[in-house]
Parts: sequence; C-alpha cells; structure tokens
Amino acid sequence: MRHRFTACLGAALLVLGVSMPAHAADKLKTVASFSILGDMVKNVGGDRVDVVTLVGPNGDAHVFRPTPADAKTLAKADLLVVNGLGFEGWMERLEKSSGFDGQTAVASKGVTPLKMIDEDGYHDEAEADHDDHDHAKGEDHDDHGELAAGHHHHGDIDPHAWQDLANGEIYVVNIRDGLIAADPEGKAVYEANAEKYLAALKAENKVVKATMAALPKDHRRLITSHDAFGYFAKAYGLEILAPEAASTEDEPSAQDVANIIRQIRKDKIPAVFLENITNPKLLEQISKESGAKIGGTLYSDALSGKDSTAPTYLDMFKHNVETLNAGLSS
Amino acid sequence: MIDALVQPFIEFAFMRRALVGSLAISLTAPPIGVLLMLRRMSLMGDAMGHAILPGAAIGYLLAGLSLFAMSLGGFAAGLAVAMAAGLVARSTVIREDASLAGFYLLSLSLGVMLVSIRGSNVDLLHVLFGSVLALDDAALLLVAAIASVSLVTLAVIYRPLVLECFDPHFLRSVSRWSSPTHLIFLVLVVLNLVAGFQALGTLMAVGIMLLPAISARFWADDAAGMIGVSMVAAFASSLIGLLFSYYVNVPTGPAVILACGAFYLASMLVGIRGGVLWRLMPAKHLEA
Repeated sequence: MRHRFTACLGAALLVLGVSMPAHAADKLKTVASFSILGDMVKNVGGDRVDVVTLVGPNGDAHVFRPTPADAKTLAKADLLVVNGLGFEGWMERLEKSSGFDGQTAVASKGVTPLKMIDEDGYHDEAEADHDDHDHAKGEDHDDHGELAAGHHHHGDIDPHAWQDLANGEIYVVNIRDGLIAADPEGKAVYEANAEKYLAALKAENKVVKATMAALPKDHRRLITSHDAFGYFAKAYGLEILAPEAASTEDEPSAQDVANIIRQIRKDKIPAVFLENITNPKLLEQISKESGAKIGGTLYSDALSGKDSTAPTYLDMFKHNVETLNAGLSS
Repeated sequence: MIDALVQPFIEFAFMRRALVGSLAISLTAPPIGVLLMLRRMSLMGDAMGHAILPGAAIGYLLAGLSLFAMSLGGFAAGLAVAMAAGLVARSTVIREDASLAGFYLLSLSLGVMLVSIRGSNVDLLHVLFGSVLALDDAALLLVAAIASVSLVTLAVIYRPLVLECFDPHFLRSVSRWSSPTHLIFLVLVVLNLVAGFQALGTLMAVGIMLLPAISARFWADDAAGMIGVSMVAAFASSLIGLLFSYYVNVPTGPAVILACGAFYLASMLVGIRGGVLWRLMPAKHLEA
C-alpha cells in the first residue's frame, strides 16, 4: 500500500516536473478576467504571451466564484488584465488571497464611464438623452480606473464599456501598454500587433455605424435581458431597455415587467433580443405578451465557444450587428 | 380600490399567469407543509432544495434549458436523497433529520462539483429555477398537473398519514400501511418542491410550503382545519405579494414570501390557538 502511494506521488511529481518547462518559461504569463479581454490580449500579445481567461466563454462574470485553481493561476501570472469600472467585484479578494505580485492593466482606463440607468428609469425621459444625463451627474466618477468596492452590483457605473468599438480601441491601447510595461523586450511586436488590430477595430466600427444608421429611425429600439448595451446604444444611436437592470443577479419586480410591456406596446418596439448568459424565459413571456418578436441572441458579457458564432471580440460585434439588423429592419 | 386590485390582472397576461400558478401551488404545497410540520420535518423542504441540485444540473448539462429534463433529474435526485434518508432513519440509530442532513449535503456538494467540472460559470441556481413572472405554458401545466396529482393522492392516503403524524406506533401495530404511506408522502414532497422550483424559484417554493402551514397552527387544532387555513393564507399572500411587487416595484418572490411571513407574525401574536397576546391576557373566563 505504502509503496503504491509513493509510486503515485513520484509519478505525479514527474508529470508536474515535465509539464512545468513545457509551459514555455519565456512567454509572458497573462491572466485576463473574462473572455473578451482574453481575446484582445491574444490579438495584441500574439506568440509572446500565454493567456488564461478566468471567466470563460458563455460564463457570467457578475456571479463568478473563483476557485483555488484560479488563485493558483493568478499567483503565477506576470500580468493581470481587468476591465475595471467595478465589473469584476471578486477580483480584489482574489488578488489578495492569491498573493499575486505582478502588474495589473486596467483595460477601461481613460474610457468615459456611463451611468447605469436609474432603477425606475424605463421611461422615455431617462432613455432619450443619455448625454446630459451622464455628464451632468458625473461628479464622483473620476476614479474609474479603480475596482469598485461593491462586490456584486456595479454601483451606478455601467461597466460594459467594450460594447462601443471606440472604447475597444482604448482597451487595446491599455492592454498594449500593459504588455510593454511587463515585457519591454517585446515592445516592437506588441506595437505592430496592436496597430494591425486597431485598424481592424476601426474598420468594423465604420461598418457598425453605417449598418445601424441605415435602419429606419423608429426601428432603432429594442429590449434585452440585462442592461449591458448602454455603451452600444449611445455609440450607435439605439434605444435599449432591459428588465433585469444592473446585474444579471437582480430579480425583476412585477412593475418592471409591466412597464416594459407597456413601453413595447406604446412605442411599437419591434423586437426583443436574448443574451447568451441569461435565462430566456422572462423575455420569451414578454415577447409573447407584447407582440414584439424575438430577434435572436446577442453576446454581451462573454464570447461564445470556439465553434459557435462569436468566438472573438470582432466576431461578437459582427454577430450582434447582423442579428440586430435582421431583427429590427423588417 | 377594487379597480386597483383587478386592473393589473386585466391588463397583463403575465400577472394572470402568476396568479394561476400561485393558486395551483397554494392548493398543494401548504397541506404538505402542514403534514411536514406535524411530523417535525419542517426543515426538510429547505434541505431538499439543495438535494435536488445535482439532478437538475445533470438534466441541464445533458439537455440544456429543458423544463422536462431538469424536473426529471431534480425529482430523481430529490427522491433518492429522501428515500435514502428515510431508509437509514428506519434501519439504523441515526434519526431522520440527521440522515437527511447527511445526504442532502452529499447531494449538494455533488451538484456544485458537477457544475464546476463542466466549467460553466453561469449561476446555475439563477438559470435553473424559474420566476413567478415568467411562467410559460409548460411551467403552468407542470404546476397544475402536480397540484392535481398531489391533492388526489393526499386525499387517498390522508387517514394513515395523519394517524402516523400523531401516533406512528399505533399505525404500525394495526396496519401495514405505515411505510408505504411515508414513502408516498416523501414522493409528494419532492414532486411539489421540484414543480415549485421550476415554476416559481427556490425561495417561493419552500416559503409557500411552510410559512402558511406554520401560521395555520395558531388558528386550528386539527389537521383538516390547519390545511384549510394554510391554503387560504398561501393564496392570499400570493395575491398581496404580486400586487405589492406591481405597485411598489419590489421583486415578486420575496414580496410573496414576506406577505406569508407577515401573516405568520400576526398569527403568532393574535392567533386564537395559543397566540402570544391571548396568553398574556389573564385567563378569567377559564376560572369562572
């Protein structure tokens, strides 16, 4: 018995010992908090970087619970890339408990944060003019690079900034700078990769803008399940409402649902869209009752798996825009 | 006033569905809660909620968001835990509450592990379990069917069931129906919880089963009376909770259960069978 145990231990150590150097010691070990950031880091870092994503495809970062394996991964990392804006409420504790001592890049640094729509704000007034709404009340949001303290809710800042491709460009620049700071030798590679990637994002941004602008004005309205498309709406001139307000964790009230249905009827909102990370049941009921059709599934907070329609950030945008265009144009 | 009470249900189909779903669950869960309470198994509902997780998770992982697969899996897991707990309690020195605790923890940890192995970080409790505001046809049918089956079955096994609550040894000595009755009852408990979870969410399913039942203890002395009171209380609380959620803009599940809770606190104070206020008053009429 004892012999067998020693043998097992030996074998395990052997496996560990062999697999360690195989993990390419010269690559920069980077941890990204969720799948969209992971994809961006891959694009900028290329072969020099080894990326691990904590919240994987189709995962929900709002309710993510880190495991000891995640802590181990983070402890070994050279660079951590997070979204910021209070999106990863669990990260602060994970960083502390894992003893992570590498560098941190906050991808959303420099993004103009949007306020979350007020709790009872499913009305026209709150939706119509995002602009003065945001800027007038932007007092205490200068610290947007910080991780917000609230663990599950986002406070009142909307963290889903990557839903505007212009912000995506800011993300990429921050990630590039983070990579360079952690691995100065790769500066030329990172800069070249980032430049190529930024060009692709810029091109896609033009396509998205043109596609959305081509929609008839009164068709640029839709419902999604949780409030993740504030930046998208602002950047591309859409009006987007959601029954599950700030986080996927909130349970809606009967009043929320009633207001949404009333609004769909009143404004003749053509379609509702499901999301890959939330339960579709509620929206299906809303669609049935209000007469708005179900336009398809949008990707908000997470990419899809490799063999599905939105495995990368760019694919996600392409898919979302195609889906929106198809659902809203008729 | 009447208008304000009726208008939401006239205007919105989802409110009507929520009301019908609540009515169905109010007819079947509270009687089971009363019997659980009389058998000193009140906490079983909560434990079973955790116990069904691995079954529901397996159903979800195999078939996706299918009401049928998740219900079936949850039912199987819940039943396995309840049966195993009952069996151990009846054949070893461990009592039913302790063996149930053992098995449900086992089941819960298995469920959590299954979910993590699959690597999906979607909060399973959030995805698996329904909301009273999102009752589709399948969920309504499921709740109504289970309510019907439960009521008929309860009626059939009512006598031995109640007898066993008060004097289990007597029933065992005069009839062979003791063990089968207990098993059938356990099946009903699991069935109701699974239906409740799928349709209404965990909090509502357990809350509506137990709070009205416990409140009813303050209003009636016999099991039949308690069952009647608990059904009415459950339905009234659902209605109040729904309207509260509609007018005050609070989440529906907690609103309904808080209404049940308010009724429980009120019953505890003023209930005619052992309410606190009656006990505080000098019992003059008894001395006369």
